[in-house]
Amino acid sequence: MSGKSYLDMELLRFSTAGSADDGKSTLIGRMLYDSKSIFEDQYEALEASSKKKGEANVNLALLTDGLRSEREQGITIDVAYRYFATPKRKFIIADTPGHIQYTRNMVTGASTSNLSIILIDARKGIIEQTYRHTFIASLLGIPHVVFCINKMDLVDYSEEVFEKIKKETEAFISKLGIKDINFIPISALKGDNVVNKSENMDWYQGGTLLYLLENIHIGSDHNHVDCRFPVQYVIRPQTDEFHDYRGYAGRVAGGVFRPGDRVVALPSGFGSTIKSIDTMDGPIEDAFAPMSVTLTLEDEIDISRGDMIVRENNQPNVTQDVDIMVCWLNEKPLQVRGKYAIKHTSNDVRCIVKEVKYKVDINTLHRLEDDKVIKMNDIGRISIRTTKVLFTDEYKRNRNTGSLIIIDEATNETVGAGMIL
Amino acid sequence: MNNYNLNHLKELESEAIYIVREVVAQFENPVLLFSGGKDSIVCAHIAKKAFYPAKVPFPLMHVDTGHNFPETIEFRDKFVKEMGANLIVASVQEVIDQGLTVEEKGFNASRNGIQTVALLKGIEDNKFDAAMGGARRDEEKARAKERFFSHRDEFGQWDPKNQRAELWNIFNGMKHFGENFRVFPISNWTEMDVWQYILAEGIELPSLYFSHQRDCFIRDGVVMFASDVMERKPEEKVKEMTVRFRTIGDMTCTGAVCSEADDLAKIIEEVAATRTTERGTRSDDKRSEAAMEDRKKQGYF
Repeated sequence: MSGKSYLDMELLRFSTAGSADDGKSTLIGRMLYDSKSIFEDQYEALEASSKKKGEANVNLALLTDGLRSEREQGITIDVAYRYFATPKRKFIIADTPGHIQYTRNMVTGASTSNLSIILIDARKGIIEQTYRHTFIASLLGIPHVVFCINKMDLVDYSEEVFEKIKKETEAFISKLGIKDINFIPISALKGDNVVNKSENMDWYQGGTLLYLLENIHIGSDHNHVDCRFPVQYVIRPQTDEFHDYRGYAGRVAGGVFRPGDRVVALPSGFGSTIKSIDTMDGPIEDAFAPMSVTLTLEDEIDISRGDMIVRENNQPNVTQDVDIMVCWLNEKPLQVRGKYAIKHTSNDVRCIVKEVKYKVDINTLHRLEDDKVIKMNDIGRISIRTTKVLFTDEYKRNRNTGSLIIIDEATNETVGAGMIL
Repeated sequence: MNNYNLNHLKELESEAIYIVREVVAQFENPVLLFSGGKDSIVCAHIAKKAFYPAKVPFPLMHVDTGHNFPETIEFRDKFVKEMGANLIVASVQEVIDQGLTVEEKGFNASRNGIQTVALLKGIEDNKFDAAMGGARRDEEKARAKERFFSHRDEFGQWDPKNQRAELWNIFNGMKHFGENFRVFPISNWTEMDVWQYILAEGIELPSLYFSHQRDCFIRDGVVMFASDVMERKPEEKVKEMTVRFRTIGDMTCTGAVCSEADDLAKIIEEVAATRTTERGTRSDDKRSEAAMEDRKKQGYF
């Protein structure tokens, strides 16, 4: 890519989920290779290890194997992040293993993504894991989903096969409420429709995968309606020049803030007006998600970390009782009546788990009302009560104020990921 | 593009500022690891932005191997003075003198590995509970799996199979007494992002990054500076070359590239056209396929 266009580049974060044999690693390798993002020394290392394993061709999939233990077992254990750029966009790939026992990794990778790529093997059509990956994408509120019907070379690039899978997918996906859905017939191995347009599928009029990634509209993925500013840190220089300066530092979690706006600080409920929005590059006229800024107010009111600055006429739920969909991340199952620490925006509270309402069978999407033990990689609906109020929005409406993590107070490990209902 | 969109550099900057602020909010005694290289310079710049108009509320720590380029040390001292920050030097020479570690021997001897001893001692002596660094995930495959908030046990060790899940923008810095964290605010940046950001922000860098004349020799295909800390084999002839450095580490393990790029615009053009990774010039990573993974497990950052 050229260095000149960098001021116009946007950032797209996407995740890929797939299991060992559906070609996910090959697809990523292909994208990096065809977009010339693989360096010579990386390619040489790849050649050498392919040769060592006795493989005939350079195995692009090896490019995404990170740790020694993974290379030895030939599987991906953890989320790996990869980067590439074209003159239009910079991409961050969260590369996650797709096996059922890695649901927690898929959830982790999906949590920061604008887009999810779900691979379907053209020979097999929709299988259990297609449901699982699609469900996780919808649960995590990923706005754009791209179904890549892969291995088209093995079904003679047949339009019928593609159309059949597309129709079946559309049928089950309608219930899931994903905003934007796309289908592309590809062969990751041969390179059809990944970066370069396929010469084998004249019947396909759409763009390649890379074209889609470069052009999909992501401008409205953030909430620019509901003003939410979780206070992260209070800046008090205590110097002669800034003697009375008191700035509220944080990252805008929703809406657009401007000087002169009437605001309210939660939980106190005291009102004030935004005096300035400060950055080291000078004051600015509007601040929106995901900008990190510092707000100053006209009135001196007591605000500290964990408080939230919002607009008077548009406030979040202020509540101690929260219903969430939880994905469990730890080997020790969720304890009903158990006490946990919670992190939500910049707030730290404790909670007690009141009830498990149901568990979801993530392969069939059925609710299991009898089996309520939430173990690692399970997803279920639970109710919690917190020690202090939280300022929440529905996860569907705002991923920043609608998400929380659950922490085991004995081990300090992050054991649960919660999406507020 | 509508008005409410950030370009990629602004979004990366905002993410990094958020991380640095989160560290100060969640930890008692954080520190920023500062090598005088471009990535740590960018981190320090981010830290200034995060707390403006207040001063950066933590010190900088340099792990000094004693094999640094003189230009790096000169730049470090000037930078720290202008920033008004407190600098702590963790000296590798000191831990060798105290018998806490031994120096490698032979032609490829490097102090890169034993830096870890000085780093861990510096963290322990100063009771730091979070050490921020400029490592990036695109640098190396073990780093591709690193968290923003990387938990370390009381021995400073990284356990790649038992990392904490990291979701959304919520960072869990909870720890037991004696444990600490490594935090990497620019995890999501690439080499190109760093250079573009340096250009966009007008950040000053050590002269080593720009093309200059220097006495060099070639070892295993890598151009090395003919410094007096490196023993040369008889066949390794010294000659003056026009070079610059893509990364700055020790004189013993940092290779130069032949380059005429003497300003930022030319460097960016060169980085865009280059066909090898940044760490391709680092002999410390070439020791084995899992060199970085192994060093991180021992507490390297």
